[in-house]
Amino acid sequence: MASALINVPERARRGEIIEIKTLVSHPMETGYRRSQLGTPIPRDIIRQFVCSYNGVEVFRAELHPAIAANPFIAFSTVATESGTIAFQWTGDNGFAVMESASIAVD
Amino acid sequence: MGPSSRREFLLAAGRLAAGVGLVSVVGVEPARATPAAMEEAIRKVVGSSRVNPGRVKIDLPPLSENGNAVPLAISVDSPMTEADHVRAIHVFTEKNPQPNVVSFHLGPRAGRASVATRIRLADTQTVTAISELSDGSFWSASADVVVTLAACAEDP
Repeated sequence: MASALINVPERARRGEIIEIKTLVSHPMETGYRRSQLGTPIPRDIIRQFVCSYNGVEVFRAELHPAIAANPFIAFSTVATESGTIAFQWTGDNGFAVMESASIAVD
Repeated sequence: MGPSSRREFLLAAGRLAAGVGLVSVVGVEPARATPAAMEEAIRKVVGSSRVNPGRVKIDLPPLSENGNAVPLAISVDSPMTEADHVRAIHVFTEKNPQPNVVSFHLGPRAGRASVATRIRLADTQTVTAISELSDGSFWSASADVVVTLAACAEDP
C-alpha cells in the first residue's frame, strides 16, 4: 500500500555534505474537506518523519495538514561513516513506514 | 489653524510616528500585520523571545497555479557547527485553516541548513519561516505567494 522513494548517494567522501530526498505515498487528508454527501472526511495525515544515521537521529520533521499529498522532504546530512540511513514516517490511523539505504563512506 | 497650533500638531504627529515605529521594532516580527492565529502559533514556538528579521531565505514561487502542491525551499545562513547551528525551522501561513505548516529539527550533523518540501496553500497569502538557532535566537523571513487554484477548493 504505502511506498516510499528515497534518494541517497551510494558513496561519499568522509565529511561530505550529502543531500537526501524522500517521497512517500500518502493522501495527507486534511480533515477540512467534505465528501460529495456533505459529510466531513476525517483527517488522515503523516505527523512525523525521522531520519537516523546508524541509529542516531539526524533530522526530524513534524508535518501538519498543510503539507501536500505524497510528502516530499529534502534535507542534507554529513557523511560521517559507512552504514545505514533509516527513514521512518508515522501518522494517523497507525500509519508507519520504514525505509533504509546504505551508504559507503571513504 | 494658527501657525503655532499647526506646529504643535506636526510635532505631535512626529512623536506619534516615532512611537509607532518604536512599537513595531519592539513588537513581534515580521513587522507586517499578520492574522492573530499565526501570531499565536509563532508565540507558542518562540515564547517571549524576540524574532529578528534576516538570515533565513525562503524560496517560494511568487505565483502558483496549483495551491495543492507549492514547492518550498528554506535555507538559513549558519555555519552549522557544534557551537553555532540551526536547531529548528518552523513554517507558518496566515490564511490556511491551521497556521502551522511544518517544523524541521536539524542539528550540526545536517552540515547545511537547507530543507525543501511541498506545501498546500488555501489562498494568496504570506508564508513565514522562523529559524531557531543553537544560541536561542530566532530569525525569520516571509514570502508572498499568489495562488490561482486554492488547495481544499476541489479534489486534488
